[in-house]
Amino acid sequence: MHFSNLIHQFWSLSFDGLNVGAIYALIALGYTLVYGVLRLINFAHSEVFMVGTFGALFATQWMGIPPAALPHRGLAIVVILVGAGLVAMVFSGATALVLERVAYRPLRRRGASRLAALISAIGASLFLQELFAKWRGRNPERFPRIMKKEHLATVLKADIRSDKVIIIVTAVVMMIALDRFVNLTRLGRGIRAVAQDPETAALMGVNIDRVITTTFLVGGLMAGVAGVLYMLYAETTVYNVGFLPGIKAFTAAVLGGIGNLRGALLGGLLLGVIENYGGAVFGAQWKDVTAFVVLVVVLMFRPNGLLGERLGRARV
Amino acid sequence: MAKTARRSRQLMAVAGAAAVLLAACSSSSKSSSSAAGSSAAAGGSSGNCSATIGFFGALTGDNAALGINEQDGIKLAIDQFQKANAACKVSLTPYDSAGDPAQAPALAQKAATDKSVIAIIGPAFSGESKVADPIFESATLPNVTVSATNPSLGKNGWKYWHRAVGTDNSQGPAAAQYIETFAKKAAVLDDGSEYGKGIADIVRSTFKTDAKVTVTDSESVDPKATDFSSTVNNIKANAPDAVFFGGYYQAGGILAKQLADAGIKATFVGPDGVEDPGFIKAAGAAAEGAILLAPGTPADKIPADFATAYKTLNGQDPGLYSVEAYDAANAVLSGIKAGNVTRDAMETFLGTVDYKGLSVEVKFVSGTNELAGAVTIWASTVTGGKIVSKQPLTITG
Repeated sequence: MHFSNLIHQFWSLSFDGLNVGAIYALIALGYTLVYGVLRLINFAHSEVFMVGTFGALFATQWMGIPPAALPHRGLAIVVILVGAGLVAMVFSGATALVLERVAYRPLRRRGASRLAALISAIGASLFLQELFAKWRGRNPERFPRIMKKEHLATVLKADIRSDKVIIIVTAVVMMIALDRFVNLTRLGRGIRAVAQDPETAALMGVNIDRVITTTFLVGGLMAGVAGVLYMLYAETTVYNVGFLPGIKAFTAAVLGGIGNLRGALLGGLLLGVIENYGGAVFGAQWKDVTAFVVLVVVLMFRPNGLLGERLGRARV
Repeated sequence: MAKTARRSRQLMAVAGAAAVLLAACSSSSKSSSSAAGSSAAAGGSSGNCSATIGFFGALTGDNAALGINEQDGIKLAIDQFQKANAACKVSLTPYDSAGDPAQAPALAQKAATDKSVIAIIGPAFSGESKVADPIFESATLPNVTVSATNPSLGKNGWKYWHRAVGTDNSQGPAAAQYIETFAKKAAVLDDGSEYGKGIADIVRSTFKTDAKVTVTDSESVDPKATDFSSTVNNIKANAPDAVFFGGYYQAGGILAKQLADAGIKATFVGPDGVEDPGFIKAAGAAAEGAILLAPGTPADKIPADFATAYKTLNGQDPGLYSVEAYDAANAVLSGIKAGNVTRDAMETFLGTVDYKGLSVEVKFVSGTNELAGAVTIWASTVTGGKIVSKQPLTITG
């Protein structure tokens, strides 16, 4: 054990943890939204994210950027990132919509149990993985370096790097936008109403199918953003890239309180930071162990997660 | 209905078991049923020289390039053998393990039950060897690995296992001693695999006994992860002169990139598992100056006529272990040509084989089945996006 690592590099580890945690949080939104509305864990969501990473990759290919290209500067970075981000969002959003149509809606129409939907989710997840494995091959594909990963400043011994700042800021901005959308818009009110009581919501004239479609779409769009941010950081993707971030994001959603948007943000950031501390103290092989021990301990004291399941609760 | 179905399944199971038993019996007597079948195909040549060789290793997945190098080397050997000996029908069956020890047992079982396969080149990696070799052992299926370098593999008393490559007991100290020539502080990382942790532990213990280099950081990373930030932070804080990574090229490449992105100037040193263009692909510019060591022929030292023939056949350039796999396949083929077309005959043949290949002299120490000859460890470096050989290393002490 190296507690001195934690003490000496506390802020550096925290910053790097926030960077990864921001990506977890964005993916976690998809789990939490769908759970809030349907009480269903969409286990195929990790593949929605995977499709998003490929969307970002294709976008750079369409823009004619070879994998070994030199980093761009200035406005070009913004154009490429926004372009890749939009394509990734379209890919992920479309995948989420198709999933809902094909894997969940038919089951819901026939009043199948949640267990059936869960199996359908796992099946859809494997199907998408193998589809991409067949199409793109099983070897990792490289994403070009879009921007120089510049050292911007040293704050409390932490190395503040340009790409990580972009990732954290983008993720938090997307989160706030989503939070506003759910809390302030008409569609958002519909989502909250269905989450709270689907039958009454239907009686009040809320179009449940439309709400569910919107929920999947929004979750998918967020996974698309996560996809492009992940590519900016890790610069590589493969058919099963979604597995680890997917599990972590699901954990983050539970940690923060599944069904709770702010909980997903808190859970994601916290999980990223905690596993980094764990890695520094016990060695990298203990990263995941630390993260899951913290999850279990939190659930022992707060079974509904840190912030509780709030999406469905009426606003006072 | 259900009952009859079950009964017929039971019957089938009994029949299947009997068939396996029969096959096992007949293969121990000299003329097995499959060999008899293929002798007909050979069309009355002098003696029977038709058989199937299996290749066991990663052909897909993160570290597939190392397996593909070997398989293509074997393909070339078989192709040349067929041209010279048209009467013999030798075919290659690939067993793609994706380098994953979890997939290896079922795949090994598949190879073991296919009685037409009389020898396996592979398994390519140490982790999969550990689980696949006991299965080959009980199926009396001779296997020759040209790249599984973990020393503990040789201590299992496996009779049908052979290693045509030096072990990490030569590679590990060579890497450590190379680092000692330029570094005072080093971080030693591994991917937690049988091979990666094995070689990293040897490097750690060499540092300890030589007492020339201080190990600043020592941990296992998850090779499937793409974020190594806690490790990078630890390394950065201690500012070592070198970072050794025991593992394979994909994780090594991403690790090297994240180290460089964090502004760490330490020299990245990797063993044979990292020595592949895939490392440069994954690491990008961060690969420059990395030192790679391997007990096999570096790509730029491969004989030109071999490289040309290889490229003509396979459509890509040979890499690490292409030549060694070619040599091992040729050794097996020379046995097939001499009429050893059953598993037991091949095993007996491998016990006494002495085949001088392009890179290795395929000859095994009786009892341990380790490579008999001397082992050369090559140090290479990455210059201008290419792996360039530097020097052969001699191990002292």
